[in-house]
Amino acid sequence: MPKTLYDKIWDAHVVHEDADGTCLLYIDRHLVHEVTSPQAFEGLRLTGRTVRAPDKTIAVPDHNVPTTPDREQGIKNEESRIQVDALDRNAREFGVNYYPVNDIRQGIVHIVGPEQGWTLPGMTVVCGDSHTATHGAFGALAHGIGTSEVEHVLATQTLIQQKSKNMKVEITGTLPPGVTAKDITLSVIGATGTAGGTGYVIEYCGQAIEELSMEGRMTVCNMAIEGGARAGLIAPDEKTFQYVKGRPHAPKGAQWDAALAWWKTLKSDEGAHWDKVVTLRGEDITPVVTWGTSPEDVLPITGSVPAPESFSGGKVDAVRRALEYMGLKPGQKLTDIEIDTVFIGSCTNGRIEDLRAAATVLEGQKVKPGLRAMVVPGSGLVRAQAEEEGLAQIFIDAGFEWRLAGCSMCLAMNPDQLSPGERCAATSNRNFEGRQGRGGRTHLMSPAMAAAAAITGRLTDIREMMPQPA
Amino acid sequence: MDKFTTLTGVAAPMPLVNIDTDMIIPKQFLKTIQRTGLGKNLFDEMRYDDDGREIPDFVLNQPAYRNAEILVAGDNFGCGSSREHAPWALADFGIKAIISTSYADIFYGNCFKNGMLPIVLPQEQVDILMEDARKGANARIAIDLESQTVTSADGQVFTFEIDPFKKHCLLNGLDDIGLTLEKVSAIDTFEAMATQARPWV
Repeated sequence: MPKTLYDKIWDAHVVHEDADGTCLLYIDRHLVHEVTSPQAFEGLRLTGRTVRAPDKTIAVPDHNVPTTPDREQGIKNEESRIQVDALDRNAREFGVNYYPVNDIRQGIVHIVGPEQGWTLPGMTVVCGDSHTATHGAFGALAHGIGTSEVEHVLATQTLIQQKSKNMKVEITGTLPPGVTAKDITLSVIGATGTAGGTGYVIEYCGQAIEELSMEGRMTVCNMAIEGGARAGLIAPDEKTFQYVKGRPHAPKGAQWDAALAWWKTLKSDEGAHWDKVVTLRGEDITPVVTWGTSPEDVLPITGSVPAPESFSGGKVDAVRRALEYMGLKPGQKLTDIEIDTVFIGSCTNGRIEDLRAAATVLEGQKVKPGLRAMVVPGSGLVRAQAEEEGLAQIFIDAGFEWRLAGCSMCLAMNPDQLSPGERCAATSNRNFEGRQGRGGRTHLMSPAMAAAAAITGRLTDIREMMPQPA
Repeated sequence: MDKFTTLTGVAAPMPLVNIDTDMIIPKQFLKTIQRTGLGKNLFDEMRYDDDGREIPDFVLNQPAYRNAEILVAGDNFGCGSSREHAPWALADFGIKAIISTSYADIFYGNCFKNGMLPIVLPQEQVDILMEDARKGANARIAIDLESQTVTSADGQVFTFEIDPFKKHCLLNGLDDIGLTLEKVSAIDTFEAMATQARPWV
């Protein structure tokens, strides 16, 4: 029977299947950060259990760590320090792979995993973090889990799972200039809603997806969870193999050849069954921004703030609440919305290509006076590379703060936060109420669009800043 | 883990759709290294003002709902992050069951790990129970997991679907890890086979 890519990875990892279809699934890589793991390690201690596969477990602190240079003197916030210290103690005591705060390889867990070659095609990858879907860009089955499941994986290297349904999201054709992976993933959520993927694993495919770099593919898969899907994945191809080759934990020599032979089989078969199919034309996708407090509240930058009455059901009240929270009025042009702050970074858009895209817009330009703007590289290695390529200097010259790696303002568990009413152009993944700080107002967009907004001080159509064809 | 068998109690109405995990338990409370004590910060930013005073209009601050054990909620409850702090906070407050048309995937799974029952019903049945919830203690809702039924205040019985394994674990208060470790020889066998087939992993 023809199989989807998801079917193939699933089948290769089933340890045991009960009569009712409940499966025990083997986990190849378990990524761990400081926020969702302390209770799991404590659970192991209380029951006298150990970590079954410490060599397949990778720990890195990211959510709580400050991104200012003074972090080398220690974390000032006591609760954050306790959590980061707990990870340090747990990682060392249980003997798992570990990148401490002061290691240049430290960064956001979903950037570190692929960068170090831990994430490989065909693997099952889990982490106590919903944005684990990022790793699906390599043709891995990757998804977030809760802390009880973190403990379960630590103790057994397996998860109790029910298989999800198969959903295909095809982006045909080619993207117009100024349109990026972020615009694809936001547009898909806009089309399907935040619950459109619930119960499914999404495979993204089509020419526009194939033409994306690995960085772009990670951006697309990263936000699969925002569309409600368990995971998002993309079939591995030459770009994937080239990205993986030579990374510290990628296979070498004869093992590389064996791995490559298997990886090349990792694609959905002709005639495979899809429970749901969504198709968007690449040519129809435009630069988009969010206007509300759900990632599905997305519109082309040329649009206007919608009226609550234009929605139906429970969404009418939700939009009314969102507009009040966001301080916006129906009919207001999106490009008239003035911002206070720009945040470039996160597991969605904190990779080198994202920094390049933003720096291209900012070269020779200045951040609008009075605006706060920061760039937070996704890892210490991304930061070093950006410095080597001269990107850091472009950001600094433009008036951006050049920070150390971490989750930063994406979720405001560290000192990088919005104040009540502060409006932010952000390259992160969630515009929920309070997500970037209590009362903070978030507009999600691509790195290039965020850079453009930094210059003009308002939401801006990146296409206006691009050189016009002669 | 606590067993869940039957429950009759007051339900709090929260008709808002897409109630996300940042609303359920904002990020500043994720810094704990324990599972308990989060109930006082459940829905913190909706429940308290900037000075930490209760906002009287918020449903769980109203006298009728301070001891609610059930939530009746809008579509896609628990969307957003994987934080198990969300069900921990709900459980610590005293919520034992939630009724909605749909849940986010990770949140749904997390509830079962904490003895909490998330029930899925069609919109028209959720609407009836939402009306019951609006009547506070005058309209208690009854849940029976064994028979997979919810009974409204005026005696209408609605049946819900649940995965048999999850039901079994909840009814008996079983610990997943203990159950899985009974299959440790299957894991050993798989691991040996997988190491042969995919040595690079």
